[in-house]
Amino acid sequence: MMQTELIVLANEKIADQTIEMQLGLNSDNLGTEVQKFVPGQFLHVKVGEADTTMLRRPISIADVDGNGNITIIFKISGRGTDMLSKQTAGSRIDALLPCGTGYPVDNLNLDTALLIGGGIGVPPLYYLGKTLAARGTRIISILGFQKADHVFYKEKFAELGESIIVTDDGSYGEKGFVTDCLKEMDIDFDCFFSCGPTPMLQAVTNKLTGRHGYISVEQRMGCGIGACYACVVPAKSGTGFKKICKDGPVFAANEVSL
Amino acid sequence: MISLETKLPGLDLKNPIMPASGCFGFGREFSELYDLNKLGAVVIKAATLNPRYGNQTPRVAETAAGMLNSIGLQNPGVETICSEELPFLSQFKTPVIANVAGSTIEEYVAVAKRLDESGLIQALELNISCPNVKEGGVQFGKDPVLAAEVTAQVKETVALPVYVKLSPNTADIVQMAKAVEAGGADGLSMINTLTGMQIDLSSKKPLLANQTGGLSGPAIKPVAIRMVYEVRQHSGLPIIGMGGISAAEDVLEFLIAGASAVAVGTANIHDPFACVNIIDRLPQLLEKYGFQNVEEAIGGGNRNEANVSRS
Repeated sequence: MMQTELIVLANEKIADQTIEMQLGLNSDNLGTEVQKFVPGQFLHVKVGEADTTMLRRPISIADVDGNGNITIIFKISGRGTDMLSKQTAGSRIDALLPCGTGYPVDNLNLDTALLIGGGIGVPPLYYLGKTLAARGTRIISILGFQKADHVFYKEKFAELGESIIVTDDGSYGEKGFVTDCLKEMDIDFDCFFSCGPTPMLQAVTNKLTGRHGYISVEQRMGCGIGACYACVVPAKSGTGFKKICKDGPVFAANEVSL
Repeated sequence: MISLETKLPGLDLKNPIMPASGCFGFGREFSELYDLNKLGAVVIKAATLNPRYGNQTPRVAETAAGMLNSIGLQNPGVETICSEELPFLSQFKTPVIANVAGSTIEEYVAVAKRLDESGLIQALELNISCPNVKEGGVQFGKDPVLAAEVTAQVKETVALPVYVKLSPNTADIVQMAKAVEAGGADGLSMINTLTGMQIDLSSKKPLLANQTGGLSGPAIKPVAIRMVYEVRQHSGLPIIGMGGISAAEDVLEFLIAGASAVAVGTANIHDPFACVNIIDRLPQLLEKYGFQNVEEAIGGGNRNEANVSRS
């Protein structure tokens, strides 16, 4: 992990309150390091000074390109993300990176992967899907959003494989929740990967009990490096907790109690 | 050449900067970012007799100029700390101060004894001031008789110097300082967090699952400076000052108010390099304000005040 300044290359609104930001490195020799980032890892971004915004914001990595540029996607949900959304091309952003433990892509040899994303949990699944697809894995995606103007990356996921969009109100795609699709469809897959709000992860893991899968867990974070114990989740074994920022945010589906 | 060295009971510090307990874990994560030999000392996360799993999440929330936390003294227990964490820290030439917490005097004594026997630390910090657990010592931090008693019993048991971490959540901080001094404390750490709460307007509920938490960060610095200054007038004990330090200027304020060293807490959350950045900047700042070394700055403000009051 390192602390570095990233340069904002582009900043675009891609859905309601949703920003896609391209970030470049301030040093060419960091490019190879970025190529090693694992899907599911995140950046811990400083968005202001200690007297305005004390806590950094954890933002998942949505993509990494061959030049070592990083794409993040975040929703404007408060003062910090609002400040971040106003950073224009050329601005510099202090970030710790890469943080956390991502999806164990190097240890997986899959024929078919099922990606299940909800809202702002969708972005890290794109980098994951792209990585797995490049290795020949068939990708099936089920992506849930609140309503039509919240939907993003539908074309990008469609390029990876079969993609189903659901919205809570039916204003785009199927009406309902991602778990409704799991109920209605007879999907054959080797492993599922899910990221989204905790209630969605609970519903997904309940629905897919006993199946091989991984989830990415959200929680308000402190240091983001594993030192402060602010973001923990109970281990399913009943003994102790896992640190979301260091041991996670990605866990095996049966590893933690949501 | 400006010297940053400072001496405290049991601690010869190459500089007066240490990360505060609870904000630095047991040092492993920060050691991946910089050389821990740069620090004056390390104060580890609180140790209790048995493992503690802490409070429900969310445990942290942002406030104006600060942060609320309700971690709840999560730690793997003193035995694991002694066998798995302290050996890691002992590879660095940096003194280690162990923060000790408990629910009873007997637990404080047992934890302190185990840490003392480890031979891997240089001082103890009695945490009688954590606001986030119902039976985590805060009752000791509000009652001068209990505070003196727990200090005295730990002192009787261990050979290590004992610093007592005082709570600002008390009506009379000077009375508490005098009480633990009478109990035999070698030094004071001050201050711990102030109890606070923040409401989320959208849910109309407190932001922390625990409802209340400890307020830290720049918001509490003036309170901490005032308390260090007041205690310095009435107690001869050396003070490790803390509360909202995020820059070298803050350190110099604490030194002038009467602290002999400082601990940096929440700033590490905002910027993991906060301690080393402060250490790098401190010599230049001391020189700017006319101090030849750290020792000269300690209590400088008090001496001026005393002169004025006598004239």
